[in-house]
Amino acid sequence: MTKEELISLITTQVQSYNDNLDEPVDLSAGADSVLFGEGGVLTSVDFVTLVLDIEEAVEDATGKSITLADERAMSQKHSPFRTVGSLANYIEELLEA
Amino acid sequence: MDRIILITGTRKGIGAALADYFVSQGDTVIGCSREMPDWAEGKKNYCHFLADVADEAAVKKMFRAVAKEYGRLDALINNAGIASMNHSLLTPVRAVQQVLSTNTIGTFLLCREAAKLMRKANYGRIVNFSTVAVPLKLAGEAVYAASKAAIVSLTQTLAREYADFGVTVNAVGPTPIQTDLIRGVTSEKLEHLLERQAIHRYGTYEDVENVIEFFLRKESNFITGQVIYLGGV
Repeated sequence: MTKEELISLITTQVQSYNDNLDEPVDLSAGADSVLFGEGGVLTSVDFVTLVLDIEEAVEDATGKSITLADERAMSQKHSPFRTVGSLANYIEELLEA
Repeated sequence: MDRIILITGTRKGIGAALADYFVSQGDTVIGCSREMPDWAEGKKNYCHFLADVADEAAVKKMFRAVAKEYGRLDALINNAGIASMNHSLLTPVRAVQQVLSTNTIGTFLLCREAAKLMRKANYGRIVNFSTVAVPLKLAGEAVYAASKAAIVSLTQTLAREYADFGVTVNAVGPTPIQTDLIRGVTSEKLEHLLERQAIHRYGTYEDVENVIEFFLRKESNFITGQVIYLGGV
């Protein structure tokens, strides 16, 4: 998948999940939209749910099973879950590995 | 009752009895074990997977097939387990690894994959298997009891983690039931164990079915993180 396709996939999943939220994730900044961490609105349960949704969507699209929230991801200085763009970059790395 | 229920370790013993029971109740049962059961061929509303519960790839493959075929999973019964009845000084580490792998890692893997599927319906029931060997601290069963003590802890913690997804997690702790699992235990030791129970008899498959049915009821949606030991232990 291209970076643009991954950004689109993540955006679609977040848009869908936004229906469940009182305070939806603001996606107006495109790839720079904040998902998790400072300035984000998602709780830990939202994080788990969204990560699972995105993992499944990636598997449906590529046939490849990936694990997003592994030790490598959680120990990085700059969290790959910070923005839509950083998450797309991280998924791209996993798919190429 | 038209539930979709996955039961591990259905080749024989309690697992086979549970599969038979739930099919007789009108449920669809998905079973798994490392070898094919000799009773499953042609059985209606029963589907069997050859899978080692400690094999992550095999477990994931099974759940993908369940999701594709049924689209949901109402209940998981983590029955698969192996025992190592021996003095700890005589127990090789390989046996420890096998017991922990099947009993503890296997239960964790099945819980994780089941909850991923159950969360989509915001509904699910998970029942794990512990044992009275945990509270009774039975000498000669150190490794088996340790693997099942971990199940108690897993059950109580997963209950909190999965509550947000409408999934309850509970455990049953059977007393000795006359199955292959206890064939290596002397009758003298078993009699001594029964004496330590409030009700001094062997457990039956029906005793286990009764507790599991209670946990599986839709009305049991406020009951999670609980362990019920049979026999008054």
